[in-house]
Amino acid sequence: MANSARRDSPELPDFSLLKRLARDQLIYLLEQLPGKKDLFIEADLMSPLDRIANVSTLKQHEVDKLYKVEYKPVVSTSDQLCFLIRPRIQTVKWICDVANADKAAGKFRRYKIIFTPQKFYACEAVLEEQGMFGDVTTDEWAFYLLPLDDDIISLELPEFFRDNFLAGDQRWMRTAGSALHLLHSLYGPFSKVYGIGRYSKMAYESWREQVEQGEQRARQAEIGNVFLIDRDVDFVTPLCSQVVYEGLVDDIFRIKCGCVEFSPDVTASDKSVKVMLNSQDKVFNEIRNEHFSNVFGFLSQKARNLQTAYDKRRGMDIKQMKTFVSEELKGLKQEHRLLSLHIGASESIMKKKTKQDFQELLKTEHSLLEGFEIRECISYIEEHISRQVSMIESLRLLCLLSITENGLLPKDFRSLKAQYLQSYGVDHLLTFSNLRQLGLLVEQQPGETLTVMESRVGKLVNDKTAGKLTDAFSSLAKKSNFRALSRKLNLVPKSDEEYDLRVPRDMAYIFSGAYVPLSCKLIEQVLERDGWTGLEEVTRLLNGNEFAVTGSNGAKNDAQRIILVMFLGGCTFSEISALRFLGREKGYKFIVVTTAITNSSRLIESLLDNHV
Amino acid sequence: MTKSKADEEDYWNSSKFKAFTFDDEDDELIRLKESRQAVNSIRRLVEEDDDEDDVEKVSWSGEPVGSISWSVKETAASNQRTDREPAFPKIPTDTPSLSKSQSGYSLSSLFKGETGGRGNFQSFTDTLSDSSIRLYAPELRKPKSEYKDYVSDWSPEETIQRLQQGKTAPLEKFRSLQDKLLLLDFAVSAHDGNVITAVLIYLKRTLSKEVLFRELESRQTALRHFIHYLTETKDQRLLLELLRFAHTCLPVTPVYLLPFSAEDSAHVQDHYTLLERQIIIEATDQQAERGGKVEIFQKFPRRASILNMPLITTLYYCCFYHYSEPEGTYSSPLNIRQTFKISGKQYFVTALAARAKLKAWLDVDALFTSRNWLGFTRKKSPLSFQRVVDVLQKNSAPTQVLQDYVGLVEDPDMRISLAQKHKCHDIVINTYRDMKDRQQLLGYRGKVGRGSAEERKIDELLNNQQIRWKN
Repeated sequence: MANSARRDSPELPDFSLLKRLARDQLIYLLEQLPGKKDLFIEADLMSPLDRIANVSTLKQHEVDKLYKVEYKPVVSTSDQLCFLIRPRIQTVKWICDVANADKAAGKFRRYKIIFTPQKFYACEAVLEEQGMFGDVTTDEWAFYLLPLDDDIISLELPEFFRDNFLAGDQRWMRTAGSALHLLHSLYGPFSKVYGIGRYSKMAYESWREQVEQGEQRARQAEIGNVFLIDRDVDFVTPLCSQVVYEGLVDDIFRIKCGCVEFSPDVTASDKSVKVMLNSQDKVFNEIRNEHFSNVFGFLSQKARNLQTAYDKRRGMDIKQMKTFVSEELKGLKQEHRLLSLHIGASESIMKKKTKQDFQELLKTEHSLLEGFEIRECISYIEEHISRQVSMIESLRLLCLLSITENGLLPKDFRSLKAQYLQSYGVDHLLTFSNLRQLGLLVEQQPGETLTVMESRVGKLVNDKTAGKLTDAFSSLAKKSNFRALSRKLNLVPKSDEEYDLRVPRDMAYIFSGAYVPLSCKLIEQVLERDGWTGLEEVTRLLNGNEFAVTGSNGAKNDAQRIILVMFLGGCTFSEISALRFLGREKGYKFIVVTTAITNSSRLIESLLDNHV
Repeated sequence: MTKSKADEEDYWNSSKFKAFTFDDEDDELIRLKESRQAVNSIRRLVEEDDDEDDVEKVSWSGEPVGSISWSVKETAASNQRTDREPAFPKIPTDTPSLSKSQSGYSLSSLFKGETGGRGNFQSFTDTLSDSSIRLYAPELRKPKSEYKDYVSDWSPEETIQRLQQGKTAPLEKFRSLQDKLLLLDFAVSAHDGNVITAVLIYLKRTLSKEVLFRELESRQTALRHFIHYLTETKDQRLLLELLRFAHTCLPVTPVYLLPFSAEDSAHVQDHYTLLERQIIIEATDQQAERGGKVEIFQKFPRRASILNMPLITTLYYCCFYHYSEPEGTYSSPLNIRQTFKISGKQYFVTALAARAKLKAWLDVDALFTSRNWLGFTRKKSPLSFQRVVDVLQKNSAPTQVLQDYVGLVEDPDMRISLAQKHKCHDIVINTYRDMKDRQQLLGYRGKVGRGSAEERKIDELLNNQQIRWKN
């Protein structure tokens, strides 16, 4: 379905090297602890670990038993315990408890913590305070980057978002810089780096320092340009319902580390199945970027083809049959398995989405994006809250309302907040405070009514005047300015035009033609202009922090068209689909590096604070 | 900003969004089902000559056999097994040699001393010590400042640089307040949260909290790191003190443990009132349920305690168990509505859901009834009737109840589609009649039972000469 693919689209670099490096280093670290040992793995490291090593790799290096870190007393009988963990104070405290309990029981063991991707001084300080420094030894496993697919690399650090954007803790900035550095030393040198956002700037700085301290060997660049972007530059996109197949599967079934678990109602059997979702899955690869409405047609065509292929078997003689079995059957069977899974998933999506009045939900989202019939949208959200439909969904809509409207009118804000607390519990007061701090759900300040005026006026007068007006009204408060940005960048296509989702004409197709994702639009514009020139007004509306720098020894070859986009704070599958589309249109290849794959639920959930 | 209703319908009916309907157009679903059947019909063939190689081995839990997640589960399961039959603990034959000399570290050794595991491959100049990149990308030369490793007399800036690189650097020598703050400021300007926190831990140990707080006041980034650090280490006491001190200077104050704003404290106050109510209701109802004399508790036993539930859940509960109680009682829905100033719409939605759940259709009906000035009753709803039908249908209301409400759906197309879905034939027929749509009516004739009353009614209408059909 890759339409109008440019023949000369450059090849992607081979990222399996990253996996090999990580595996080799893990083995090296395990060998530092000779003899049999039990390995305790932090829950959220299990899937990433599964992607690069398996049990036999670990067993070969004398790992006896594997446990999940569960903050309970350990039952292991081994005299060497190894802990593979994220640098978290809570986990280190637990390990100290384990070691102290052993000490009290007169049990002697060797303990080793392997922090990944790096250790923090605060964790070592815990070891010292608990009197365990030295008794428990530590190491670092620099497992920064996990390739999830040919063009997706994840840091698998979902906490990056909350730590940075909410708590204001910059502990992961060095990590981000190091990840970039690793990519640079293996696939660089980069010739240009563009970016926008405070943390993008910091990551860039950290990377630059590491490059300066190191030494660059001359090599053929495989990645030409880099674009860094902070998640808070665009909150609208990850808050929208996803309607492209891969995003929809993520919204509904939750893809974890490139793998999804399909429940029995999808598999039409009595057990659930875990399926890897990537370009290796031929069926998935053809539908992942498609708008969901095209998926049925594709799947039924596939099913018919498969049927025909099998039917060929009839009337074959023995010899033909033999060839058929040896050459075709295996492929057909594989395809059959995948096809039946994706058909099952589509059926299940259909059922779920009909139940939740998905159509109406999308209509509300589109109205918010377009900024019309806001009263209807508010009453839809109120109904949602009154009926106690999912608390995440209600918050998501509230946030979308707030960002697109540049804050809620005080009257609306108070009433919606009160209703929300009444429906889902008063403990969400803390959640509201978090959302306010991030600028996701705010009240318009008295002065800001002017901004509403300005956006209305802006519709009437030309852009230049609107720009001047915005200048005059701009305040220090963190504002989303979505409406103004949308106008400037033409994010919401006119609704009276037809949009054929089968033949997408721009990135808006990923939202049914209703909205071009802001993040991806910025990337498109900056690449087109080779910098931020001409986008001054846009960057001002985005609170600045944009940059574009050129290196000294850039690539002159095809690598120029290989662009690494790094999302600090997470990106969605819809954004990846949009970038793939952009790549096909313009002859680029995008590599997406993200601190984690996110979606609206994950984003909102990371900001909940209803259980203190 | 404001588009007319017609415009809006036009908008949603435009082909732009038509391509994507999950709704009643079951065509797609049927197509999918067909595809599934086609695929299933092949399954037999696939399974009969199944060879193992392309079928991933999957354990009972769905994890591929040999995967790490699978193995962890196996260990957990086998431990449960052994847990039940207590075995004698194995006596370790060789006690691992623990070097006792390593204990008694001070904070300074944390930043200065070796970290055990690294010692093995650490050369004197600790070239290999830091990041793995160096291990695998040997082209990265060692840092320029390396030559100073012998010296250990680093400036604040150099110290921060070393800490950033994961190296050791003693902090103890920074004793004057000025030096300490210089250290902190360099850490902040390096944008490395790990190092900022490292310095803060040192400052916390070596400065009185009054001085530390005072200095943090003008250093927002460091202050936020400190708050996060105290939160994570669960140092509640110091955190509380810090927040009390800092809430005047933080642009956005975290509400943790702080006095609430006027607006929020009203919410908290409401919550206390609610809790008091819940305690009384819970005690009374528990007793009533145990007594076994109150029919509703016998018919629909309570599933959970009402304590700590949100207000709307409490209201639902009271509409369910205490609907007709006089307004004077604590558990009366009307009293709750009054006390907590619940909006008419919220009350309506909740009462509707609760009464529908009980299939108390008369109560449901009464919720809609209002008299106009002539004394006629008519149905009014703060909720769209479409949504009302939805709620009722989810509580499996019978057709005769549903059709009353389907008939009240304003938009004729929506009304017809709901009526068809819920088999309210009369409404479909009447609506087509009102729309003078002869073709649709003819089409619908095929969908009702042969010889049924509905069929006769359609025939009568079709033969009625007085109707001016539009087609």
